[in-house]
Amino acid sequence: MSRKVALFVPCFVDQLLPQVAVDTVTVLRRVGCEVNYFEDQTCCGQPAFNSGFWSESRPCAEHFVSVFKDAEYIVSPSGSCTTMVRNFYPELLKESDALADAREVGQRTFELSEFLVKIMGVTKVGARFPHTVTYHASCHGLRELHLRDEPLQLLRGVEGLKLVDMLRYDECCGFGGTFATKFADISVAMGTSKADNIAVTGAEYVTAIDPSCLMHVQGVLGKRKDKAKTIHLASILASEGKPA
Amino acid sequence: MSTGTTPKPGQGAPTPQNAEAHDTGRSAASNARGNLSNAQRFLLDAAEKSVDMVHREIIRKGMDSYDVAHAKGRTRFAFWDAARQRCQEIKREAVNHLDQYLLEFEKNVIAHGGHVFWAATSEEACQYIADLAVKHSVKTVVKSKSMVTEEIHLAGALEKVGCTVWETDLGEYIVQLRNEGPYHIVTPAMHLNRKQIGDLFRDKFDEPNLSDDPQELVAAARRKLRKAFFAAEMGISGANFLVADAGCIAISTNEGNGRLSTGVPRIHVAVTGIEKMIPKLEDLATLWPVLATSGTGQPITTYGSLIGGPRRPGEADGPEEFHVVLVDNGRSSLLASKEEREVLHCIRCGACLNICPVFRHIGGHSYGTPYPGPIGSVLVPRLEGEKFEHLSSASTLCGACTSVCPVKIDLHHHLLENRRDFTEAGHVSAGERFQFKMFKTAMVNPSLYKVGGWFMRKSLRLLYSLGLSGSVLDPLRPWNKGRSTIPLAKQSFRAIWKKELDHGE
Repeated sequence: MSRKVALFVPCFVDQLLPQVAVDTVTVLRRVGCEVNYFEDQTCCGQPAFNSGFWSESRPCAEHFVSVFKDAEYIVSPSGSCTTMVRNFYPELLKESDALADAREVGQRTFELSEFLVKIMGVTKVGARFPHTVTYHASCHGLRELHLRDEPLQLLRGVEGLKLVDMLRYDECCGFGGTFATKFADISVAMGTSKADNIAVTGAEYVTAIDPSCLMHVQGVLGKRKDKAKTIHLASILASEGKPA
Repeated sequence: MSTGTTPKPGQGAPTPQNAEAHDTGRSAASNARGNLSNAQRFLLDAAEKSVDMVHREIIRKGMDSYDVAHAKGRTRFAFWDAARQRCQEIKREAVNHLDQYLLEFEKNVIAHGGHVFWAATSEEACQYIADLAVKHSVKTVVKSKSMVTEEIHLAGALEKVGCTVWETDLGEYIVQLRNEGPYHIVTPAMHLNRKQIGDLFRDKFDEPNLSDDPQELVAAARRKLRKAFFAAEMGISGANFLVADAGCIAISTNEGNGRLSTGVPRIHVAVTGIEKMIPKLEDLATLWPVLATSGTGQPITTYGSLIGGPRRPGEADGPEEFHVVLVDNGRSSLLASKEEREVLHCIRCGACLNICPVFRHIGGHSYGTPYPGPIGSVLVPRLEGEKFEHLSSASTLCGACTSVCPVKIDLHHHLLENRRDFTEAGHVSAGERFQFKMFKTAMVNPSLYKVGGWFMRKSLRLLYSLGLSGSVLDPLRPWNKGRSTIPLAKQSFRAIWKKELDHGE
């Protein structure tokens, strides 16, 4: 069944990693969704919220709610940004006039793998990716949205893809938003442990549902000149055979 | 170093090394960073520890075996989550009606012939116990493990009045000999391997022929501690639970030192936070096994002691006096906050430390407080104030802690609330405040956001093309220090959308 989807593209994906959003559009259209992108969207406000600046985060949240108020489904290639909207807006906007709208918008906001599996009911999207891949469970997706199996189901549905398990696949990679720069040494040490675990798998690619984790892990892998590369789940699902 | 007090003649018990460093919970090396702020010291200690591969390997091994034991332990429960739920309910009831339960507890302890002292602050608690020691001419004190005594710096207060204080939990004894504070709230010497402990004992005990065999090392420690137990006039313990209806304290231990500390000396003083309350004795049926499972993976700890008062007429042993010191030290201000109150549910099992990836990388001592890890990062800034507020930011908010907490404290969300409150109280740098003001201005104004994003990518690309990535001019310098630079896209998604993807659906 066709669904009308409003893309929720996280600000840093818009600015730094646009391919993730392009691939999200490809996948959503391939499974028959009508995809739209509201150009007035900016950032969900999570960086300010997580840093304690709730007064600065609140107007961002209100802006987000006003942009997406009338959307049927809101889909994002990020578990973390989805968490912000669905789980944290009700707390942040407790005393705002936008609270009722925010709750509704939150209920209609989905992370991509969640939307595909739970709403569209698909686990095979017609992708082909003939590579060895290991999966990192991003924290917000796993422990806030409780998405444990959905991304794995989609990966198992990709032709040619060989999925290999990673030790401590559900341990944080060390990104944590501003944590990555405020506590850079700890963040990099955690990223290094993650990179060690990735290396043990021998996988060509490590994938996840959150581009922020992947950006951090790629930074650590790149610095180490490791063989493995990061790739967002959307990019695997959008691929048709050639390496992404 | 040592306090200069001599053991009673003929007892031959050497003094343990009670140095100032022990009081602060920091290693001697990091104390050299004396004139730095707490937050700066934390950054340096954490950075140093996080690349210490010997440390990481010891902790990895320790945590790996904990993980296995914890997973196996949980399978002993038909419904682990239901047990957690039950523990949460018990603690919620106790904390929500703490005023009543504390009075009930006090009444029952007094009826058993014990004494209860209400200490509003650390100083009051230490003063009461030091006065007791002076009154009874106490020279030797044996302590079983208690984090609250670390929190209030009791050992230092007792040394000031001439007491020699012996830590009798093996891990605590080891870190005392090293002039360190405990590394972890359950396993204080987790950061040491048997070789390091062997070296320590060979040096401190003057037994050069000791091997690194754990049995032999334990036997050597026992030889020292036995003498202390029977010399001590005062024994100090903590309490895992205060049982209101029975008027007794409950202690879980594995080494038997708890029973010797509380049963042999003439005076037993139990020092505990007011939040350790539980309503009924029967609540232990759930809490004891859940605590043991979460703490070490054991079905139940080797010893479980219920102590309700001094020796009664006709009893063969037990102390002549029994005192309970109920420490508030900021807890009632948490109790007053509906939002933060559940932090007082904590039963100090250490599960959140064990799973925390930050703890696993920076280790317990970096935190600079007796309560490291997630629970400490939530609690300590609230109890000790501004100088520990940086701990609430030192987390990725990954939520692993919350997922294992046996009393279901929403730990990582409390970290967020702490950050909010500290920011609203103005405890942030002017730079950061300005940064987020700018952030907000751009994010509520789509055209400003668009231009700002374009400018940022353009200027960073220019900077990096000049080879200035990671230089002082690079705004992403902290990022680029340990990571390769973020690839800068030529076009934003919104530009691509307009040109190639917008089908006008």
